[in-house]
Amino acid sequence: MFDQPFVRPSLFQAIDPRVRLACAALTAVCLAPLKNLPACWLGLALGLTLLIISRPPFLPLLRRLAAVNIFILFLWCVTPWTTPGTVLAQWGIFAVSAEGVRLSLLASVKSNALVCVFLALVASMDAPTVGHALERLRCPRKLVFLFLFTGRYAHVLASEWRTLSVAARLRGFRPRTDLHTYRTLACLLGLLLVRAYERSLRVREAMLLRGFEGRFRSVAVFRTRPVDALFVLSLLLCLTGIVWMEWKGGPHV
Amino acid sequence: MHIAEGILSPVVLGAGAALAAAGTAIGLRKLDYDRLMTVGILSAAFFVGSLIHVPVGFSSAHLILNGLVGVLLGWAAFPAILTALLLQAVLFQFGGFTVLGVNAFTMGFSSVLAWYCYRGIIGIWPGPTGIRAAAFCGGALGVALAAALTALALAFTSEGFQTAAQLLLWAHLPVMLAEGLITMFTVVFIQRVRPEMFQAARA
Repeated sequence: MFDQPFVRPSLFQAIDPRVRLACAALTAVCLAPLKNLPACWLGLALGLTLLIISRPPFLPLLRRLAAVNIFILFLWCVTPWTTPGTVLAQWGIFAVSAEGVRLSLLASVKSNALVCVFLALVASMDAPTVGHALERLRCPRKLVFLFLFTGRYAHVLASEWRTLSVAARLRGFRPRTDLHTYRTLACLLGLLLVRAYERSLRVREAMLLRGFEGRFRSVAVFRTRPVDALFVLSLLLCLTGIVWMEWKGGPHV
Repeated sequence: MHIAEGILSPVVLGAGAALAAAGTAIGLRKLDYDRLMTVGILSAAFFVGSLIHVPVGFSSAHLILNGLVGVLLGWAAFPAILTALLLQAVLFQFGGFTVLGVNAFTMGFSSVLAWYCYRGIIGIWPGPTGIRAAAFCGGALGVALAAALTALALAFTSEGFQTAAQLLLWAHLPVMLAEGLITMFTVVFIQRVRPEMFQAARA
């Protein structure tokens, strides 16, 4: 149901998932607070480089980038006109301010850079691997359990929802804006929740019967190798460069 | 209700992450291993539910359902929403690491408040009509608060985003109404079919 189109062979698959996850988080933390435009462009370059190495499929990539940029587009429609500052251009009462354009540009560049890094390093892992890597990175065990469980059953419940909505459509249900639609959708949703609840009770009993004692064991072995060290070093070098540029340039560029 | 990455200021991101961590810690402490699987599967159901598109006027909106999560799970809604958001990030790349905290807090906190509101109204006004009113208020309050907190996060980041934040808030008004109605009907349905879900999932 929710296939992950970005999980495919690339150079990054050779790198330990824990290292990839930690690196993605570190990069996000370094890039998110940037205020200097050249540094942001460098961040975008870094993100694009990582993305090219991870060789993503073209169409899904476009779709994901479009989804992120819709919010950015919304900001572009509003922010340049409403930010106070030096006027860049004026039509009647509408004025575009330089500060507003700069703010929007900053947000767009950073946003896209971070999405590229995330697509390259994290979206290229399947959900269970992310869960197990999080556990080895000392995430709270209950949280990891929830994540693995949710990831496992999201597919099952999504196909159940599809069955329900097909059944409703076969009976002539057409969604409109009225109480009947809301009541029908709510009943379907309620049915989905009730079934999920009953399934959870069954699964719990089945797992307890099989001796489950609170943690999933993974057959995947995570090993760090020299390649990982090389990757971390080069990424750290790039990040140091970006942060140095930010520090040197200051926000007023 | 997702803010993309790279927009908010570091102060807002840090505050969001800290508050989300605190909320998740409380939620996890109240959650024992017996209820973990139920919460996990319900969180998957909410994950699927938030992909449902509902017609609102001339356009359509996807459900957010954080009010309903709160009504069903109480404080456990915090970790449930955090995991659902993380899963959305991994599967669809909505949001990322740095905004995860802010998004989890805006939605988790409002769903916990929706739960208190639901319980409060039921306490004052028992009976079927009271449950209906409480569920409607819970669902609507969940979305309203989440929208308000998201707008606040935007407005605190920069003066230039204030108008965008206001627009975001207004755009969520019809969604609020739809979400309240859906939550009300769903709660009534579950009350009729499996009333023990309200006891079992909470504690």
